[in-house]
Amino acid sequence: MAGYILRRILYMIPTLFGMSLISFLIIELPPGDYLTSLLATMSDSGQTIDPAQVELLKSIYGLDQPFYVQYFKWIWGILSRGDFGYSFEWNQPVSKLIWERMGSTLLISILSLVFVWVVSFPIGLYSAVKRHSIGDHVFTLIGFLGLAIPNFILALVLMYVAFAWLGQSVGGLYSPEFADAPWSWDKFVDLLAHLWIPIIIIGSSGTAALIRILRANLTDELNKPYVLTARAKGLPEHEVVLIYPVRIALNPFVSALGWVLPHLVSGVTIVAIVLNLPTAGPLLFRALVSQDMYLAGSFILLLSALTLVGMLVSDVLLALLDPRIRLG
Amino acid sequence: MSGLPPTQSLPPDVVLSVRDLSIDFTMHDYILHAVRQVSFDLRRGETLCLVGESGSGKSVTARSLMGLVERPGRLVGGSILLREGDGAVDVATLDPKSRAIRAIRGKRIGLVFQEPMSSLSPVHTIGFQIGQAVRLHSGLSKDEARERTIELLRQVEISNPAAMVDRYAFEFSGGMRQRAMIAMALAGNPEILIADEPTTALDVTTQAEILDLVRRLQVEKGMSMLLITHDLGVVAETADTVAVMRYGKVVETGGVDAIFHAPQHPYTRQLLAATVKLERGARTVAPAGEPVLSVSNLSKVYSTEGSFFGRKPFSLKAVDDVSFDLHAGENLGIVGESGSGKTTIGKLLMRVIEPTAGSISYRGADGAMREVTTLDAGGLAAFRRDVRFVFQDPFGSLNPRMTVREIIADPLVVSGLGQDRKQVQARVAELMTMVGLDPKGMERYPHAFSGGQRQRIGIARALALDPRVIIADEATSALDVSIRSQVLDLLLELQQRLSLSFVFISHDISVIRYFCDRVAVMHRGKIVEIGPAAEICSAPREPYTQSLISAVPSPDPRHKRMLNRRRFVAPVPA
Repeated sequence: MAGYILRRILYMIPTLFGMSLISFLIIELPPGDYLTSLLATMSDSGQTIDPAQVELLKSIYGLDQPFYVQYFKWIWGILSRGDFGYSFEWNQPVSKLIWERMGSTLLISILSLVFVWVVSFPIGLYSAVKRHSIGDHVFTLIGFLGLAIPNFILALVLMYVAFAWLGQSVGGLYSPEFADAPWSWDKFVDLLAHLWIPIIIIGSSGTAALIRILRANLTDELNKPYVLTARAKGLPEHEVVLIYPVRIALNPFVSALGWVLPHLVSGVTIVAIVLNLPTAGPLLFRALVSQDMYLAGSFILLLSALTLVGMLVSDVLLALLDPRIRLG
Repeated sequence: MSGLPPTQSLPPDVVLSVRDLSIDFTMHDYILHAVRQVSFDLRRGETLCLVGESGSGKSVTARSLMGLVERPGRLVGGSILLREGDGAVDVATLDPKSRAIRAIRGKRIGLVFQEPMSSLSPVHTIGFQIGQAVRLHSGLSKDEARERTIELLRQVEISNPAAMVDRYAFEFSGGMRQRAMIAMALAGNPEILIADEPTTALDVTTQAEILDLVRRLQVEKGMSMLLITHDLGVVAETADTVAVMRYGKVVETGGVDAIFHAPQHPYTRQLLAATVKLERGARTVAPAGEPVLSVSNLSKVYSTEGSFFGRKPFSLKAVDDVSFDLHAGENLGIVGESGSGKTTIGKLLMRVIEPTAGSISYRGADGAMREVTTLDAGGLAAFRRDVRFVFQDPFGSLNPRMTVREIIADPLVVSGLGQDRKQVQARVAELMTMVGLDPKGMERYPHAFSGGQRQRIGIARALALDPRVIIADEATSALDVSIRSQVLDLLLELQQRLSLSFVFISHDISVIRYFCDRVAVMHRGKIVEIGPAAEICSAPREPYTQSLISAVPSPDPRHKRMLNRRRFVAPVPA
């Protein structure tokens, strides 16, 4: 097992290298660079800038160098000094910007994942065991609604509900009076009061998908001969279901770790913008629009790393859960 | 026990009495009467065989004895009286989720299924699954249950039980899995053992061992056994009493000798005739044409190289230095147990997979020999027009979204001959008539046909391009015995008419004996013996072949073969 994990970590190195190269390349693909988009914004607002000064800025930022030189300088900075480069737009080191955002992103992602698991497991189990019952049909309908309604609409509706009926301050993670306050019990309660909206919205489609997957998987497993074997032993029905088929149908729950994390980080940008969440999505979006290449590149690199770690964790958990993977 | 008070009494030696049992399956638009007014008695220490072909209702009947009829099935009438002291409890009246019936499952009646792989959970150890059954009915502690589990594994002759108890089902061979299933069924010391096709998925020598084991345990523990099977050979070797089922009804019940030697019902006679027919060869004169296919020193090695990340190198000789000729008009059988490499040979002959070494040469219609292993794409296409394949699974090998006409015409279309719609239609009709199907069915989809009819469709497809050689891989294995002999007769008749040669791959010795002129016996990738079918099947020379032939159940209770079989101990490979 230890050898397997070590091997997987070794495999991650070339993968990450490839991903960083590709992401940097994609950021560089559109014509122009940060300066040209800055100039365009400035001339839109009627300002002008001396061409000589533009050339000076270019050489200061290193934008006049070829692509591969820029890339290796950036990568070398990360590897040697943990320096992810400098954000042109924010005038700050990228690492400072990212760590701020990554913390809240991870918090919301992990809570959403827990929400997805906690809600979809009992419903999926119920739907499979009581297939074609009224309850199953109701949950199926809700599930399809969860899949079909765009997240940002759900976000707007929940914000309206929270504001108009519950009288909450909505948007962001904290009420204005707590935003810059030091940590306290009240701030924590305020955080919880804000968190439920993004968690429900972000988790809704994942929950609906996992309910469907669990229902389908468990329905298949319930018809397998080993379930009949368990019944023939004289086991009570709830033990028959929980010990045998559910255990096997759980695999997709664990593999969900691998795909939910990147989905939560990159797929919910619109929700994060609507809800004004301080997560990675909006910042990444902004960085891509303004061609703030070191910031965007570092984000994509970190997201890739997170995805790979998520995959690794889910694979290790799967191996622990299923001896066919561990020993087969 | 909280069951109903004993209401009825049974004759002293009867442990289980089924009377007028009826089970319906409520489908979308009709009701299927799967079991109709079935009655039988199971006596103490006796083996009762329920015999029937697929769909006769024998499995459902057996499961209903433990209250295990699943939706949409429903018990609609009759009684199942299980002895309880001096009285009896009617299992049919118990709620399938009640405590009373759970006390019967495993404790009074044990159950063994056909498919030992899927009947065991893949993610729990064997010891966990058996130990659970032990604890459920005994109140032993975890450690005591483990000891008892190891003891049970020892009783079913699993070697090194203390280590095997912590293994998973996929680490067991087929026969060992079935032994583990039997150990599980014995965990609660039941008085009755129900075995539902317990050896159908196993090789013939493994089948003989498992039947031996069950017989020994039954005598030791004084159990009664209800054995469900479609194989009259197994019945003759094991049964005391036989009940023959068809379309949900018991058509005939009687002692094993009476059933085999004085059958009353026409269906019993038909079933026996179909089985006994396969005891002899259908081929009388051995054809001595020139070789159409000549295989020499053919080998296929599957191997993976070791990798930088620590995977161990691995290599398996699936086919090991095999040579044989197929003569024109000849039926050559390739027989062997699972893993012997017989299917790999079929694939190599079609060049679906590439051989590691050796040559296959083929004599075309023009009389010239060609080397198959080096054919280019065009030559291979021509070769595959002449040499066709018939598959085992009549369900999986037909595309459910194509009509029968499209399926049969497919080879014509692929080879570019299917341009003219009228002509294709005429050819499909001709082929369907040839295999005994009504051409009116050509616009229907495969699901509308039975297993035997589907296999005929597969044969028609193989014949579409006027082939000269047909390779049939277990082509009759999925069929019931009466259908099986019909399909074999069809193939023989077609051979006469179309001057075909067959390579017939099967694990079933009776089918090989009936159909083939010569047989090659395979074991671990090698041909151990090759010769005339009659000779190999009656007087084999090699020890392995002797053990294989003697393990085949004989469909005559007066001449039981398995009890006196020869055992083959494989030499340890160097």
